[in-house]
Amino acid sequence: MAEKSLMKGNEALAEAAIRAGCKCFFGYPITPQTEISAYLSKRMPKVGGVFLQAESEVAAINMVYGCAGSGIRCMTSSSSPGISLKTEGISYIAGSDLPCVIIDVQRGGPGLGGIQPSQADYWQITHALGHGDFHAIVFAPASVQEMVDTVTKAFDLADEYRMPAVILADGLLGQMMEPVAFEDTEIKMSDASKKPWAACGHGNKRKHNIINSLYLKPDELEDNVRARFKRYEDVKAKHTEAVSDYCEDADTVVVAYGSTARLAKSAVEAARKEGLKVGIVRPITLWPYPAKEIAEACKNAKNVLCVEMSMGQMVDDVKLAINCSKPVEFYGRTGGVIPKPAEILEKLREMGGKN
Amino acid sequence: MTNEILLAGFGGQGILFMGKMLAYFGLYEDKEVSWLPSYGPEMRGGTCNCSVCISDDPIGSPLVDTPNTLIVMNTPSYDKFINSVVPGGTVIIDSTLVDAKCDRTDINVYYVPATALANEHDMKGMANIILVGKLLKETKFTTMETVKKAMAKVIPPKKAHLIDANIKAIELGMTQ
Amino acid sequence: MPEFKRPHALADVTTHYCPGCTHGIVHRLVAEVIDEMGIEGDTIGVCPVGCSVMAYDYFECDMLEASHGRAPAVATGIKRANPDKFVFTYQGDGDLAAIGTAEIVHAATRGENITVIFINNTTYGMTGGQMAPTTLPGQVTQTTPYGRNPDVEGYPVRVCEMLSTLSGVALAERVTVIDPKNINIAKKAIRKGFEFQKNKQGFSIIEVLSTCPTNWGKTPIEALDRVRTEMIPYYPLGVFKEGAIR
Repeated sequence: MAEKSLMKGNEALAEAAIRAGCKCFFGYPITPQTEISAYLSKRMPKVGGVFLQAESEVAAINMVYGCAGSGIRCMTSSSSPGISLKTEGISYIAGSDLPCVIIDVQRGGPGLGGIQPSQADYWQITHALGHGDFHAIVFAPASVQEMVDTVTKAFDLADEYRMPAVILADGLLGQMMEPVAFEDTEIKMSDASKKPWAACGHGNKRKHNIINSLYLKPDELEDNVRARFKRYEDVKAKHTEAVSDYCEDADTVVVAYGSTARLAKSAVEAARKEGLKVGIVRPITLWPYPAKEIAEACKNAKNVLCVEMSMGQMVDDVKLAINCSKPVEFYGRTGGVIPKPAEILEKLREMGGKN
Repeated sequence: MTNEILLAGFGGQGILFMGKMLAYFGLYEDKEVSWLPSYGPEMRGGTCNCSVCISDDPIGSPLVDTPNTLIVMNTPSYDKFINSVVPGGTVIIDSTLVDAKCDRTDINVYYVPATALANEHDMKGMANIILVGKLLKETKFTTMETVKKAMAKVIPPKKAHLIDANIKAIELGMTQ
Repeated sequence: MPEFKRPHALADVTTHYCPGCTHGIVHRLVAEVIDEMGIEGDTIGVCPVGCSVMAYDYFECDMLEASHGRAPAVATGIKRANPDKFVFTYQGDGDLAAIGTAEIVHAATRGENITVIFINNTTYGMTGGQMAPTTLPGQVTQTTPYGRNPDVEGYPVRVCEMLSTLSGVALAERVTVIDPKNINIAKKAIRKGFEFQKNKQGFSIIEVLSTCPTNWGKTPIEALDRVRTEMIPYYPLGVFKEGAIR
């Protein structure tokens, strides 16, 4: 590992992408993620990569579709309203079994909403990233270093399973600087050599490859979708991730992801100092959703608290994870308001009193 | 123990830079650190603020709303944040730009005419660094050795000739 | 005398195109050019949403199917990652000049080094003959049952004229395939487009005035006549811009 430097989350994501061999980046400016584009516009030409500012979010994701279809690692990034625009393209990418990485640095919504940190894209990213039956792998890192470490994993899994991977960040993680270190590896841009399916010119050596999501015969489309969902089972079995702390004897378990998890963890530690038996479980992947891990963390709890920067979009998933076996309460702020650890602590005290 | 620092002023006064410098002080003392700017339209010439956390433990919230250290470089920021400082906290005020006098008795308030000092000492644009010097003097939260190391990192190579001037500004602040 | 046979780049399959439709001719011309230039192994095609949606089965080069209107963006992604490959899009008028207007304009103005084959038949063929951006004033379609009224639906877009104002465009040429003489001109234009691309000289678009006998409610012969008597007067044939941009 090299020396630690302070980097903004957005810039760290961009550098991490280059180090993961991401050759092409296609993006469109939107706050609070524009530093990703700005950084890559400087760096890409120096490392033999491609940076292109697209005419729209829609064009950017379709450039990703073309580039990924030709077998090259590529990425796009945006923030909430921009992700809404990209969902058509993401559906085609999923339907054509193409790997790519998409970054969402969330801001408040709906509509133009605001530009401050939010987690109100949870439903969109995990449940409705476009039309049709499909999933993307969704990572929810909670620190700048974790975002860096997630990028390579996201590219690798996207390639392995030929599906889009999303890194779900928010304005807090994108804008803040924290110490980061990158592994000392040689920068090597990806090529299509390990992707026999890629439409990169057959060189008169094989039959033509077709990148396509159109299946006019219902039986064929059903088979295609079922085969994809079979692959999803493998992703679920091998790549579901969560981390828990202080849960073993906890009466109340907090479930929170991303930047909210670090706020909630501060509250949990403060509560422990007051003698409250509370723990926290943090989903690292939001799809596959760590239902088993959450159930395990909550097994001794009397109640569960879901904390989010939204109106509680994850609450139902938590209830399903524990089969509604105990009460699930919610504390959250939305619209770009960041919940304070003190507010979460107050809620934990209140719930502790009910135990 | 987390040192929660809030820096506030106008865009262009080097508020974010000052924050980055403080964060590197922490990093080079092997602490956990975070730096979070205000962002958005308010960046464009309006007020600007920046949260810096320096801690022995992993940092939960990088957002500082009850600082134990506050540096303010304009009146709107003074008005907005002076009552958020925790009891026992430290406040450094650029008294060239902020007329107000604080009547709180539970915090340590220091008035430094940093902008005037910077102009007098041919350090235009370094009022922020003078204030950092004053903070160092009053809280002794890092050493000059760390300061010099951080300066070399935080000042881009193209502007390396400014390192000495910045260190002089720190030293000037420490005499106040 | 050369034997008339199927170009290698044109797949030996039955297409789904209607009798009298000129898609088949244009496909063949593209395939002939690919064969003649010997670039099938280095060519990647992008087909659109519309009647040519299944063109990925009709060309032997590698192919991608784009979402509606986005073919120029998809082609940009391929080309930027693979600057030494040949990339072409094959798009209809609804795809290119309505839902995909932003993508075609910006690919053109960037001087994206790709070749665009643009089929203008003044209607949405695949969905059953609705008004297209190129539908002529007075033309009856499923969604202009009283004829296109410019006061209500506005005027048809002349794509080549519009794009020829952009600095990134190396070639903007309108051709048709209604008779052998014009087919030869069309082929030369397509070849020119691929040659520009080969020499990395900028964006090329070849607009082909085409027929849709099914949705026009005409026989194939009547349809060819309509191109001559109604379309060409509004969409004059010829070169609107030609010359390397770099």
